[in-house]
Amino acid sequence: MELYILEAIPQNLVFGILVGALYGLAALGLSLVFGVTKFLNVAHGELLMIGGYATFWIFSLWGIGPFLSLPLNILILSLIGLVLYKLLFVRMVKLDEESKIKNTMLVGFGLSLILQNLAVFLWTADDRGITTAYSSEVLKFLGIRFPLVRLASFAVAFICLIALNIFLRKTFTGKAIRATVEDWEAASLMGIDIHKVYLFSFVLGAALAGIAGALVSITFSVNPFMGMHWTLKALVVMVLGGLGSFTGTFVGGILLGATESVTSLVIGGNYREVVGLVLFLLVLIFRPQGLLGSKQR
Amino acid sequence: MLKLDNINAYYGDLQALWGVSLQVNEGELVALVGPNGAGKTTTLRVITGLLKHPSGSVTFESNDLSKETVHKIVELGISQVPEGGRIFSGMSVLENLELGAFVPKARKGKEQSLKRVFEIFPRLEERQNQQAGTLSGGERQMLAIGRALMSKPKLLLLDEPSFGLAPILVQQMFLMIEEINKHGVTVLLVEQNVRMALESAHRSYVIENGRIVGQGSGDDLLSFESIRSAYLG
Repeated sequence: MELYILEAIPQNLVFGILVGALYGLAALGLSLVFGVTKFLNVAHGELLMIGGYATFWIFSLWGIGPFLSLPLNILILSLIGLVLYKLLFVRMVKLDEESKIKNTMLVGFGLSLILQNLAVFLWTADDRGITTAYSSEVLKFLGIRFPLVRLASFAVAFICLIALNIFLRKTFTGKAIRATVEDWEAASLMGIDIHKVYLFSFVLGAALAGIAGALVSITFSVNPFMGMHWTLKALVVMVLGGLGSFTGTFVGGILLGATESVTSLVIGGNYREVVGLVLFLLVLIFRPQGLLGSKQR
Repeated sequence: MLKLDNINAYYGDLQALWGVSLQVNEGELVALVGPNGAGKTTTLRVITGLLKHPSGSVTFESNDLSKETVHKIVELGISQVPEGGRIFSGMSVLENLELGAFVPKARKGKEQSLKRVFEIFPRLEERQNQQAGTLSGGERQMLAIGRALMSKPKLLLLDEPSFGLAPILVQQMFLMIEEINKHGVTVLLVEQNVRMALESAHRSYVIENGRIVGQGSGDDLLSFESIRSAYLG
């Protein structure tokens, strides 16, 4: 191996880890919704896309920074999640698990087409990015560059993971969600209103997609067709990390990001998607419950 | 207190209950016995609202349960221990018990209920921080019952509490159920362990092929020739 490649590995690893946190965050929402409702919402990436556009427009129109506008972003995506659930997904609550997954996939594909085209219609197909005063700031440590924006995005994603874990462990609502994930029928026998838990989880999943979208819009850019890419990444990461463990999901995201980044350097950029999928297959073969998933699920 | 009147219930096209009627009075311990697949669990699912029934009526303290959702029925004071316990094995023993007190009415007196459950099942107190999935079969069943008691039910529905337990534990389990009943909780018990159930209960119903085929006190039923030959050998 050439020396310059060897020298670039640590730098690429860091970039990969920072991007991987975004994969993890994107997968967090998808995994939460799937775990609770067994809805496989393949339009999750489109929610992320809308989150990205929300951040872009709030910044362009009112000059509110992408990190400052996060609460507003969460609010917007929660409302969109609420409407989508009440309009579409609530109809599939009563189905058995298998038809639920199939039907929500179909509805999700349709929804993603509609949202993509709506985005083109409203905002054109152009790539949009955000450049703030601090966009080009870089911290250097041991000769490795840490772009400030990506570092901050990593921090936000990490805070989301911690907050979600605390919420699920410490609050009554969080415990009701975990109980529903394990056994919805037993949970309903505790007096838990399953429909409320479903609605709440779906809205929370949409809000998480919104945050992920905001971070993507700062780190990369947004366009109407970015959704499917993120849905696929999130799906891979969800299985990689294991269902039922959000920490596992996050670690899975980072692992995928790091692997992609290093392989595109060592083997070549054309293979980065392939290597991610090979990793995915290896985990499925040797550890089907996922990296940190529990055996029973 | 609880009255089922002429219930027909279906799983898809398959009829599981045929004109089932039964009644549980306040303070009673009533057993519903019968072979596997007779409709015992189905009857409980009709009561808790997990299975909607197309005809007949279920009333609990003058509330029509057929119109209520599952969680509303729990709030009215009916708590079920499902078959096999169905504890939340990924959560701690304490978290399981807390979830039992999920309904607003029970949440206020949570600490008190917890103390009472620990009095009945001291083992659960010792293991409260342990993950529920690591408990033994007997402890799981205790946890399932304790969890159901946390909602301060007026009526407790028990689905095969003796299932999978060692014979010595079965006896203990029935003593505990009688104890719970003596403390003012009405109990409807579904069992395949016919002899134990008939001996514990004040009154019993026998169900076969989705139909109630006999009822009476335990002694009456135990002396029934057909029941002796069918269940007690």
